Amino acid sequence: MSVGLTRMAPDLPWLPEPDDWVGQMQALSSGQPVNPVALSRLASSNLDFVRTAALDRAVMTARAQGWLASPPHACRLAMLGSATVSHLGAGIRVAGLRRFMDVEVYEGAYGQYWRDIFEEASSLAGFAPTAALLSLDPWHLTAGLPPDATPEQRDRALREMLEHIVHCWGGLQDRFHCQVIHQLPLPVFAPDLGANEHRLAASRADFLRRLGFALRELSDTHGVDLLSLDAAIEQDGCALWHNRALWMRAKQEISPVAAPAFGDRLVRLVTAKAGRAAKCLVLDLDNTLWGGEVGECGPEGIDLGQGSATGEAFLAVQHYALTLNARGVVLAVCSKNDADKAMAPFEIHPEMLLRAHHIASFRAGWGPKPDALREIAAELNLGLDALVFLDDSAFERGLVRAELPEVAVPELPDDPAFYPMRLADAGYFEGLTVTRDDSNRAASYQANRQRNELKATHTDLGAYLADLGMEMVWSPFAATDLNRLAQLSGRTNQFNLTGRRRDREAMQAVMDDPTMLGLQFRLRDRFGDNGLIAFAITRIDAPTCLYIENLQMSCRVLGRRVEEAILAVLMAQAQSLGLSALVGEYVPSTRNGLVGDLYPRLGFSQTSMTPDGGRLYTLTTDTCEHSYVPIRIQRADA
Amino acid sequence: MTDRAILDEVNNLVREVFQRDDVTLSLESTAADVDGWDSFRHIEIMLAIELRFAIRFTSSELDEMQTIRDLVDAISRRT
Repeated sequence: MSVGLTRMAPDLPWLPEPDDWVGQMQALSSGQPVNPVALSRLASSNLDFVRTAALDRAVMTARAQGWLASPPHACRLAMLGSATVSHLGAGIRVAGLRRFMDVEVYEGAYGQYWRDIFEEASSLAGFAPTAALLSLDPWHLTAGLPPDATPEQRDRALREMLEHIVHCWGGLQDRFHCQVIHQLPLPVFAPDLGANEHRLAASRADFLRRLGFALRELSDTHGVDLLSLDAAIEQDGCALWHNRALWMRAKQEISPVAAPAFGDRLVRLVTAKAGRAAKCLVLDLDNTLWGGEVGECGPEGIDLGQGSATGEAFLAVQHYALTLNARGVVLAVCSKNDADKAMAPFEIHPEMLLRAHHIASFRAGWGPKPDALREIAAELNLGLDALVFLDDSAFERGLVRAELPEVAVPELPDDPAFYPMRLADAGYFEGLTVTRDDSNRAASYQANRQRNELKATHTDLGAYLADLGMEMVWSPFAATDLNRLAQLSGRTNQFNLTGRRRDREAMQAVMDDPTMLGLQFRLRDRFGDNGLIAFAITRIDAPTCLYIENLQMSCRVLGRRVEEAILAVLMAQAQSLGLSALVGEYVPSTRNGLVGDLYPRLGFSQTSMTPDGGRLYTLTTDTCEHSYVPIRIQRADA
Repeated sequence: MTDRAILDEVNNLVREVFQRDDVTLSLESTAADVDGWDSFRHIEIMLAIELRFAIRFTSSELDEMQTIRDLVDAISRRT
C-alpha cells in the first residue's frame, strides 16, 4: 500500500489485498441487499486505516438503511480509557465483521473511565456491555511516580496503581458481569539511565515493566484477560503503533494508523472467550511442509531438514505446527497427491517432525480442496470456521476463500522461513487459558483416527463400542478443573443444550451454591484418555426434581453413547436425593440443532415451553428403563 | 513528483477519507472549504498522506499548514 519499502503502519499482512475495492464499496452503498459473506470477505482484506474507516461508515449506513442482515454473532464492547480511544472503534467493528460478528462499541469519553465504571447513572449502565476494554495510558499509570523516587516510593506508587486497577476490574465485573480486558501500556518511555534502566527507581520505563509483570499475575487471580501488544511491538517497532506527535496533539496512545491491527488483536480475545477461536490447522504438503513435490521426487527427494536453508525453514514450519498441537490445536492434512505418496514421508523420512499419529484427518487426493476441507470438518465434528488452511499455492488459497469463506486462509510470504511468524501474527488460535487437558485434547482427536480404523473392522457399531473398552469417570465439579470446565463451556457450540455458557467465576458459583450440583465427566478408552469431555449443571428442586440447567459435551466423543451414560449418572443422583423426576431444558440456538432431539431420544417426554422458546422435558425416576451402555461408569473418588 | 501529480493524489485521498466523489481541491483551498474537515478528520487526512506517500511531517509543519499549497509543498520537499 505504501510507496516505499518502509512500513508506515502495522498492517494485516496475513490478509489478501482487497479485490476491486472501489467496485465493492460502490456496491455497498448502492441500496442493494448486502450479503454478509461478501461483507466479511471485504473486511478480511488488508485494509489500511483509511479504508477501514470508510468500510465502517459504509456498513453503518447500509445497516441503518436496512440493506444489511445482521451477522450471526454479536457483542457489545465498552472501550474505557484514560486517554483518547474514540478513534479505535472502526478497527474493532471491522475486525468483528471479519469474524461474522456485529460489534457494538461504546466509546468512553476522554479520561472518563472511572465515572463510567462506578457512577450509578453512567451511560455505560444503559449500554450493558458483554465485554469491556480498560486502557490506561503510560502517562496516567506513572503519574504517581515522583521524578526523584526512591525504591520505597516507587514500590508504594506501584502498589497504589495496582490496587486502583484491580478496583476498576472488580467494579466492571460486579456491575456488568462481562469479560474484562485490560490493555497493557505501550513501552513509550525512553530509558533515563540506559541499558540497566531497572536500577533507577524513578524510571517510568522500568515502572511500566514492573507494572506489566504484576498485572499478568493479578489478571490470573482476577479472571481478567490481557491485551498485550508486546509481541506486535517487538515485531513492528513501537513507532508504528505510537506516534509521539499525535500523543501531544490528541492524546492517542495508539496511533490511528494502527487502529485496524489493534481492533483485530482485541476482537481475537472476544472471539476466543466465546469459544470461536480456530481449533484445527489444515496443512498442505508440497512446498508447505517440505520443499519439492513428493509425487515427483519421492520421499527421499524432498527438501527437508538440516543442511539446506530451505530444508531448515520447512522443519521450522513443522516445529511450529507441533507446538500448536502440544497446546491443543488439532492438525490435519489436505494435499493434492496420491494418498500413499503423500503419507510416505510421514512414515519413512528421518527428518520429519510430524508423524502420522499427529494428524487427526489426512486427505490426499485429486479432488478440489474445498471438498476435502468440508470432509475434514465433518470427520472431526468441527465447524468450517474452526479451520485454518495453510497452503503455499495462491491458486488454492483463492479457491478456498471463494468457496468456503468461513475457513481462515492466511496469505503466505514467498519464503517458508517466515511462515510460522505469519501464522502467529494472524492470531487465529488465540487462547485465553492453559489447562492440563489441552495437549490431551489434540491427542484424542488423533486417537479418533485409530478408533475409526477399528470401527472399519467392525460392521456392527455395538460390537465396536464394546471393543473400545470405554470407561467414564465422573465427580462433582472439582476446583482444580474449573478452568477446563469454563474452557469446555466456551468452546462447545453444538452439544450445548441451552446455548448458555459459563466462565470460571460462574462455574465457581455453581460449586458454591448448595442447591446446585455440577457434575463433570471424563472418558478413557483403549486408545487413550479423552480428558474432561462433558459436564452437567443441575439444580435440586426439592422435593420434586433434579433440574438439568445445561449439559455440554465435546463433539469429539459423539456417537459413543456417552450421553446415555451421563443420563444414568444423573438418574442415580436424582434417585439418591429422593427426587421423583429429571427435568431437562433445550433452547434452540443457531448452532445446537444437533441435540434438538436429545431428551426425547433419551426417553424424556416434552412437558412445556419456556418464554424464551425453550422446551422442557421430564423423565420420572420410576419409569426410567436401564438400557445397556457399553461404558464402565465409575465415580472419581471411589 | 510534480505539484500537479501530488495534488491529484491528495484529492484522491481526501475523496476516500470523506467517501465523496464531488470534492476537488485546488492549491488555494483550505480545510474550511470541505464540509466535515474538522480537527479529528484533519489528523486522519495528514496520517493518510504520511502513510500513502511514506513520509512524516513535523509537528510544526502540521501546525503551520493553512492551505492545500502548504500541504503540497511539504509533500514535495520529501518526495
